[in-house]
Amino acid sequence: MKNFLRVAALSGAVALALAACGDAPDDEATPGGEETATSAAPTVEPVDFKACMVSDSGGFEDKSFNQSGAEGLQRAADELGVEINKVESTAATDFTPNIDQMIADKCDLIIGVGFLLEDPIQAAATANPDVNFALIDSSFSDETFAPVTLENGKPLLFNTQEASFLAGYVAAGMSATGTVATFGGIKLPSVTIFMDGFADGIKQYNTDSGTSVKLLGWDKDKQDGQFTGDFENQANGQNLAKGFIDQGADIIMPVAGPVGLGAAAAAKDAGDVSIVGVDADWFLTAPDYSSIVLTSVMKEIGAAVFDTIKEASEGNFTSDPYVGTLENEGIGIAPFHDFDSKVPAELKTKVDELTQQIISGELKIESPSQN
Amino acid sequence: MSTPPLPDPEVPPPAATGTAAVTTTDEKPPPQGNTVMREILSSGWLVTVLAVVLALVLSGVLIAAADDDVQAALKYFFSQPMDTFAAAWSAVSSAYVALFQGAVFDTNAETFTAAIKPLTETMTVSIPLILAGLGLGIGFRAGLFNIGAQGQIILGAIFAGWVAFHLDLPAYLHLPLAMLAAIVGGGLWAGIAGFLKARTGAHEVIVTIMLNSIAVYLIAYLLTTPVLQNPGSTNPISPAVPKSAQYPLLLGDSFRLHAGFIVAIVAAIFVWWLMGRSTIGFKFRAVGANPHAARTAGISVNASYVWVMLVAGALAGLAGSAQVLGTDKVLTADVAASFGFDAITVALLGRSKPLGTFFAGLLFGALRAGGFAMQARTGTPIDVVLVMQSLVVLFIAAPPLVRAVFRLPAPGPRKARAARSTTKEVAA
Repeated sequence: MKNFLRVAALSGAVALALAACGDAPDDEATPGGEETATSAAPTVEPVDFKACMVSDSGGFEDKSFNQSGAEGLQRAADELGVEINKVESTAATDFTPNIDQMIADKCDLIIGVGFLLEDPIQAAATANPDVNFALIDSSFSDETFAPVTLENGKPLLFNTQEASFLAGYVAAGMSATGTVATFGGIKLPSVTIFMDGFADGIKQYNTDSGTSVKLLGWDKDKQDGQFTGDFENQANGQNLAKGFIDQGADIIMPVAGPVGLGAAAAAKDAGDVSIVGVDADWFLTAPDYSSIVLTSVMKEIGAAVFDTIKEASEGNFTSDPYVGTLENEGIGIAPFHDFDSKVPAELKTKVDELTQQIISGELKIESPSQN
Repeated sequence: MSTPPLPDPEVPPPAATGTAAVTTTDEKPPPQGNTVMREILSSGWLVTVLAVVLALVLSGVLIAAADDDVQAALKYFFSQPMDTFAAAWSAVSSAYVALFQGAVFDTNAETFTAAIKPLTETMTVSIPLILAGLGLGIGFRAGLFNIGAQGQIILGAIFAGWVAFHLDLPAYLHLPLAMLAAIVGGGLWAGIAGFLKARTGAHEVIVTIMLNSIAVYLIAYLLTTPVLQNPGSTNPISPAVPKSAQYPLLLGDSFRLHAGFIVAIVAAIFVWWLMGRSTIGFKFRAVGANPHAARTAGISVNASYVWVMLVAGALAGLAGSAQVLGTDKVLTADVAASFGFDAITVALLGRSKPLGTFFAGLLFGALRAGGFAMQARTGTPIDVVLVMQSLVVLFIAAPPLVRAVFRLPAPGPRKARAARSTTKEVAA
């Protein structure tokens, strides 16, 4: 009984304290009224269009392409006023049911994130000719692997190798030890395409300036190199990066999503070692390591998603592939930020020249992983 | 018949097979694992149902807690508590309604086909759970805690996939051969664990867990080699399974339900016959009840371990074939999803009996299929479904907890009944 009184008194006190914390919204605001009040601030005409997204098994908080895609979707909701919905898949077996759910939810455009969704998206596009589909990082192909064009299916592709070529060129020019390194998370085309361009950029620098900067972790000709085995375990990235640093590497490009942060940690510990970020500008997204981010190879998945939704919501959906290039800024390298003063002017000029040459088509950067 | 190693005056002469061994009172006690397992498997149906109810209630709390409206209302809980309850009620009820609509019958659908599609989805998703669960159940009843269904499913899928992609045969040969390959693949993988246990005493839990990891990396590797990789692709994905090796669709093109479901039913009947009617099943159960006693009674415990694992692996391999030849029609590194682990829960929930496993598999298939709708329609994170499943197994594994929550009487007399039924079972 004594205990009971004590608990009662205590909970009474807590209740009073908590009651003081929050007041109910004013009488005119019904439950849910608060919501309208907050979302009413940036007024966008609601558009009668529903854009939906199905993630791959990484989920929307993977700090990589699912997340970028979801950001593009959210931006479309905020700026275009379209309705959105998105579902996460936990495994490959979830793709088809999730796409079916989105179709049942009357989505006008359904975007699949990642090459693993190719078959499910393609099947859904064939079965539902009145719904439009888009697929990130893969084009469509038939059973004999010949490319096919779907009336209502748009591939969103990226010539990532062009941007990582520039990053490789800069890295080779900035390396004091003459050794740079890269590694991947899992050997997937969307990963090795970064490494191919990086390797070519270094090669180009060596040809241009008669140096022999070495690349560790990737052999473009053999299409083989070092991988941590997943996109989760940062410790693996840290160990691998340490190994590269021990072998003299002073610039590392980790193509492994969050695993790359492990490499950044190893680089920071070592001093004098810098990092080339991937997907987004790491100077901004990884503030802990901004002082060692030389540049980043950016892949604007969010922008591609946004543009696709914009076109579709305006009734201009086409099945022509969207290809992110240096020209349309679907890909690119991030500013040098802290390194800006350290990068020699002639290297910057050279990078600009190369950019122009790639845009004009004079210089072609190729990768077996390119779609 | 061999004589017991420790002569015991109370032991009647071991003339009748089995009876002697189990009724012996002074025998060495069975290993702890077997006892725990048996306790879990022998708890009543009521506890099972209550465990599911409890899991649904607790998941409801979680759904409410994760809901934005509830969080907003909670800020002023003590001035208008009813707002919070109203928001929580609407969040939880809409989530569970969506779960039902996605798993059983879609009341929003415009056509009858669309309305019953969820039920067929539930059946489709449950196929690998039932098949792998049946296999695990056999192991549990034989006292083997086989955690390796995941790896066995993967190996089954690899073998089935290889036959499907590389052989060009007419359908009446291709599908059976691919299924057979799956049985062999899964069986061999599990057989390794059984063999090591029988030969060296290596614990099956550890060996099967390690074999799971090996299987995961094996399939990831094979998908980058011509063994399984789609020749036109640089992505780790196989070619599509040709029509001749696919499980035929049961209800036409509008539904994904395929003949794998019939395989699951047949497998359930087979397991019922095997465990309940055959001599081999009798040996398995005797080994599970008390391996020392079984050995005394002249049953080769080691051979039983190997056979149990072979059968369990074969069933898990069939589960893998259902995925690659039926549901997915393509092989990726993700083929087993989390089926191998969910199947453990299914087998425990079904208390390792074929019929129970069948319905437990359907229930988990429903949770999974309904989870998609729940996420799509109410924004409830799909992870809630995983939590729900985990809670079910947590409560199943702790019957005293469920009894305490619902103030059920402790099963005093039931213990005697359980003991008696074991004796009866073994004597049968």
